[in-house]
Amino acid sequence: MKKIIAVALVLVMCLSLIPAAFAADDLIKVGVVNNPPSESGYREANVNDFISVFTEENGYDASFFYSIKNDEQLSAARQFITDGVDYLLISAAETTGWDAVLKDAQEAGIGVFLFDRMIDCDPELFEAAVVSDMAQEGDTAVAWLLSLELPEYNVIHIQGAMGSDAQLGRTGALDEQFEAGTMTKVVQQTATWDEAEAKKIVESVINSKEPFNVIYAENDGMAKGAVAALDEAGITHGVDGDVVVMGFDCNKWALRELLAGNWNYDGQCSPFQAQVISDMIQTLEAGGEIEGLNEAKQIISVEKGFDARELTEEDIATYGLGE
Amino acid sequence: MNKNTKGSALANYSQLLVPLIAILLLVIFNLFRDPSFFSVGITTNNNGDPVLQGNLISILNGASELVILSMGMTLVTAASGGQDISVGALAAIAGSVFVKVLKSQGGAISPVLVVGAFLLCCAVAMAFGAFNGALVSVFNIQPMIATLILFTCGRSIAYWINGGATPTISSPIISAIGSFVPGMPVPTPILIVILMGIFFALLFRFTTLGLYIQTVGINQGAARLNGINAVGIKLLSFILLGACCSVAGMIGVSRLGLINHETLLINIEMDAILAVAIGGNSLGGGKFRMLGSVLGAYAIQALTITLYAMKVPSTDVKAYKAVVIVLLVVMGSPKVKETVERLRKRAGGKRPAGAGKEAA
Repeated sequence: MKKIIAVALVLVMCLSLIPAAFAADDLIKVGVVNNPPSESGYREANVNDFISVFTEENGYDASFFYSIKNDEQLSAARQFITDGVDYLLISAAETTGWDAVLKDAQEAGIGVFLFDRMIDCDPELFEAAVVSDMAQEGDTAVAWLLSLELPEYNVIHIQGAMGSDAQLGRTGALDEQFEAGTMTKVVQQTATWDEAEAKKIVESVINSKEPFNVIYAENDGMAKGAVAALDEAGITHGVDGDVVVMGFDCNKWALRELLAGNWNYDGQCSPFQAQVISDMIQTLEAGGEIEGLNEAKQIISVEKGFDARELTEEDIATYGLGE
Repeated sequence: MNKNTKGSALANYSQLLVPLIAILLLVIFNLFRDPSFFSVGITTNNNGDPVLQGNLISILNGASELVILSMGMTLVTAASGGQDISVGALAAIAGSVFVKVLKSQGGAISPVLVVGAFLLCCAVAMAFGAFNGALVSVFNIQPMIATLILFTCGRSIAYWINGGATPTISSPIISAIGSFVPGMPVPTPILIVILMGIFFALLFRFTTLGLYIQTVGINQGAARLNGINAVGIKLLSFILLGACCSVAGMIGVSRLGLINHETLLINIEMDAILAVAIGGNSLGGGKFRMLGSVLGAYAIQALTITLYAMKVPSTDVKAYKAVVIVLLVVMGSPKVKETVERLRKRAGGKRPAGAGKEAA
């Protein structure tokens, strides 16, 4: 009786392997470890980007795992290695603790790509990293602001949560201008991404009657809060207004504000990395070598910045986040 | 007997002393710093309507959500002897429901729809309030632990309701709720706070609810023996707080016509509890004065606006705030009150002997 059961079990196991073997023939197996889409509008766009690129039509058999916790991400990555994926794509919750898992992947012959966030480890452990240079975002925005050649720059600077990557990247370039004296800091205050708080900060400047002509808000929500304060005080803003309004993230609703001429500029930290990674995987599959990496094996995403005077409906559809 | 009532009347009055002193100090400080700080003027907004403007208006307007939440928080604190730390998350849920309903008709926002949206978000928030209340009153769970559940998952629930980050709505009706009704120079949130204040004043004036809440808070067993439904009273206080959350959530959403489930009224639960404490209410339940919490809430907002006006560096704001709050809380602590009382008595004792005799 026991023997029969054993034979039956072995048969079942063999049978269950057949579809897997078939699938492995034509599709490239990819495991994606990412942060959950509920984290932010950025992440939602990022998650959707990967789902839309790594499809069966494009020749992939992709599995996705989302968690904001590093340890859960680590065990998911281990599971993907056990499942025998061909490529492992990781946007890590934390930069540390990944060495062991990446070594396991290397020994198993799995190609690892990092996206959006770097990991502190030997660059030998991954094929390439597609990341944003946060400072570049701020540089692009400030360069655009300088290109306006305003007679003077009196800037209200509304910061995000202090110490976050986005805040550091978006603040740096502007701080340089304040130090160089090319722009005057009217106020620099954190609203910790809170729209209502941004409105209060701008209100307090308006009440102090200090002159200002630029609002540099580190995300769209805070820019909207700032504009609400301007509207209540009867101050004009946007393309033909007295105050230049700048935001970041490129939510669709924010780009529509640009299109209507209410705001002047919106910068974006590109959430679209899937196509770049897919291209690199195809190169590797074809036996080629990945080109264009820097010493840290990174590819820096090109950051977008939109000027209200040049924005088109098409841009909104292509680059806008959310609905 | 006479002396006792005098003493308790004084104690009653002295409860408001701390928030009043706090506000007074901030006023004096600001007047020294910038004499025009409290000047209020009338400007024309971008819609062409005359509106009031100035730091005083910013403080009164900006504190609206906090004031409304601290009203409800006072009731919960008094009845249950604990605090609800899920108010911010619950306001985010209520705001999300509000936006969801407004977006349901494909962008056309009619007054009827707005009323319907508010009623639904109020009902949802009251249901969540009842959930919290049931955990506390029926299952006897510590309020902070019971509300920790919603504190943890509330903002995720808010995310599920609309999906996606920061859905926006725009309509003249919404901006009338969040900023100004055309032709009315006072910001609408201030008017809503006044309405809520009148509502609670009438509620305490014409019902025995206030007394019942105090009784349950002081001694639940004694209250039950006297025929008060202690479980029901606690439940009711949480439901009322739920209603407050929905009003606060609606104002928060209407200010900018946008809901960000992550940042809407973020960390406000701590400020609301602080307002109750600064207002001189015992966080252990029992006697309460809603006016104290309201003044406490305005003091907190005045402090924030003062720090903005002083251009305190962004990295230091919280530290400055903490210093002031430590001072306020210590000022209102029983130990300091006792000492002040003793000093006052000693000073009184040294005063003309005639007065002492009269009292005796």
